[in-house]
Amino acid sequence: MDLDALTGCLASSACLVTQTTSGFIIGMLLFLVAVGLTLIFGVLKVVNFSHGAFYMFGAYFAMTAYQLSGSFALAMLCGAAGTALLGLIFERVFMSRVYGADVLMQLLVCYAFVLIFDDVVRMIWGPEFKSMGMPAAFQVVPLFIAGGVVPPYYLLLIGVALAAAMILGLGLARTRIGKVIRAAAHNPGMVSALGINTGLIYGGVFALGGMLAGLAGALAAPVRSLTPGMGFSVLIESFIVTVIGGMGSILGALIGAILIGMIRSFGSLGFPLFTEGLMYLFMVIVLVSRPTGLFGKEVA
Amino acid sequence: MTRTRKPGVSRRATLAMMGAGAVSFATPLGIPWVARAQAKTIKIGMPTILSGRVAQLGTSSRNAVMLEIEKVNGAGGLAGRQIEMVIRDSKGQPQEAARVARELVNTDGCEILIDAEASSGAFAVHEVARDLGVLCLHTNSETSALTADPKQHIPNAFRTARQGVHDSIVGGSYAAAIAKAKGLKKWATCSPDYAYGRDTTGEYVTYLKRFAPDTEIISESWPKLFQPDYTEVVTKILQAKPQALYTCLWGGDLTSYIDQANIYALFSQMEVFAVNMADYTALTVVKNLPKGIHSGNRYIKTYPATPENAAWGDAYKAKFNEYPTNWSWENATAIMLLAEASKKANSADGKKIAEALRGLKIKSPFGADGTVTMRAEDQTLVGYAIGWGTTIPQEPYVPQVQAGDWKTIFELEAEWKKSKGYT
Repeated sequence: MDLDALTGCLASSACLVTQTTSGFIIGMLLFLVAVGLTLIFGVLKVVNFSHGAFYMFGAYFAMTAYQLSGSFALAMLCGAAGTALLGLIFERVFMSRVYGADVLMQLLVCYAFVLIFDDVVRMIWGPEFKSMGMPAAFQVVPLFIAGGVVPPYYLLLIGVALAAAMILGLGLARTRIGKVIRAAAHNPGMVSALGINTGLIYGGVFALGGMLAGLAGALAAPVRSLTPGMGFSVLIESFIVTVIGGMGSILGALIGAILIGMIRSFGSLGFPLFTEGLMYLFMVIVLVSRPTGLFGKEVA
Repeated sequence: MTRTRKPGVSRRATLAMMGAGAVSFATPLGIPWVARAQAKTIKIGMPTILSGRVAQLGTSSRNAVMLEIEKVNGAGGLAGRQIEMVIRDSKGQPQEAARVARELVNTDGCEILIDAEASSGAFAVHEVARDLGVLCLHTNSETSALTADPKQHIPNAFRTARQGVHDSIVGGSYAAAIAKAKGLKKWATCSPDYAYGRDTTGEYVTYLKRFAPDTEIISESWPKLFQPDYTEVVTKILQAKPQALYTCLWGGDLTSYIDQANIYALFSQMEVFAVNMADYTALTVVKNLPKGIHSGNRYIKTYPATPENAAWGDAYKAKFNEYPTNWSWENATAIMLLAEASKKANSADGKKIAEALRGLKIKSPFGADGTVTMRAEDQTLVGYAIGWGTTIPQEPYVPQVQAGDWKTIFELEAEWKKSKGYT
């Protein structure tokens, strides 16, 4: 425990800027993965344990596109669109067959695909870790704000994630398709009776969830090493975020992700040997005081 | 077509599934790899890590062994018996490494073990070797205690890997000279939080302070092994404002760390000493390798700068279409020593080979003076090329390596053993 470092940081504007930005960076990547997870759970009522694989595929798709084209924008697009397509195919061909099945069956199907997806990545890209590299546009001197250090790439990352959160939130709240999705989540029987193709909605939501995870992977690719199985650790942290925020809540995923980011960022200063523990401790505290999570509702 | 369904999942069921999932994730499948059997063979068993994030190193261990076995078999094998390798995946789990090692001997009939495990697995396999009495060559574990601690000693186990304390003596003295010249007094460390990270960092700091007593460690970071995000670690180091940083992160962890630290311009704000940087696994993967990182040599074909070493690196690349790793040379050395010991003993019997191995000196592309020796007193490899230098972002990556002096290593190692109560 190093409380002096923590209090010293809280009293320093430079440190506050650096650590807060760092917290946002960690949180926003987690949010993009967690929001897909929570969206799929909220609408399809499926806990998608294979969700981390979409993060992994997003990173690999982006790396390949970047290597072939040299375009960072195209890499991001390929990462997101590729995983959206993969999500759609995966949902239509496999997941749609286990809706309503025992939860254990759903879990086994997802787990089987975690192994299959990891092996597919191993076969295509090889078992060794890879690095996409930072695009030249972002290989620049970091910004210094109030003495704190802020890399421009991370500002982009935070901006993209916040934009995704806003578009998703407004889209679900204000648009017709958003209302249909919410209705399908609440009462699929009624939506179906109204002649709306719920299969299409489920496929679309799964693709959207996959796309968000893929976008997170693509954004992470320039700064994280790519390796088969890389989705596992981010999946666990994303589950923590969704549980804290409340399963099915997009706002909860956003707030949960930012809180986890801040805990990791400031916790590494004050509790360097207990940063991971802090995260789990926080989850326990939230669940004990509010079992449905911060913004969750009891699921029937 | 429309379809309805209402699969309800309670929060409790969800949490139960998450728990079950976490357990099942921890037991990935592995597939054994068995070389083609030949008549009148001697089987050598090899547990190593062929799946997960370290798979590349396990594969490079296997490749190096097969490269050397081909030569040995071509020259008649071990005392006339062709070698058949039986290689299995331990998945990097100590209990699995021990189980596999036992099975290789008891079920597959292996007469010798090549223990190509990381430190945690190596100690587990060591106990199997102790129990079964089979000849065992540890090839990858660098934790000094494996052979330095007399409590670990068994007559049938040898080590052909580097030792952390050797690296730390050379690295500490190298860093201290730079620290004195550049006035680097405030240091930070950032190493993986497990036995290798803790031990190696501790030993490095010991020798840094011994040679440059006015240095102090003002910040320590211990990220998890295989941690995906180092942002909070990078910013913590920036806050501490050290003049120099030591890290023994390795493989994918090191490359992630470099990529993430790069965009904070961390490498331009302090001198960085990364013992595991100069290995092709890291050197060829990092796209924007910073200039001027100090590193120990792991495997690079330009150090030692001899035709033999360059030829070995090229032969490996020609066969496997990639450069070898630090684990490659350590495994190749095990086979080279086995072959020479067998010749000396004129036998493929494990006990006779063990006798011949003690004190055996062989020619080696990886030797500081063209030879390496299996030191008799603690049955560990000495005399291998060990040095430090600074990196550049293209081949030869470390153009000038400052060689460690084995006379100094031996003196300080003896002192270190005494301080640990090992002698």
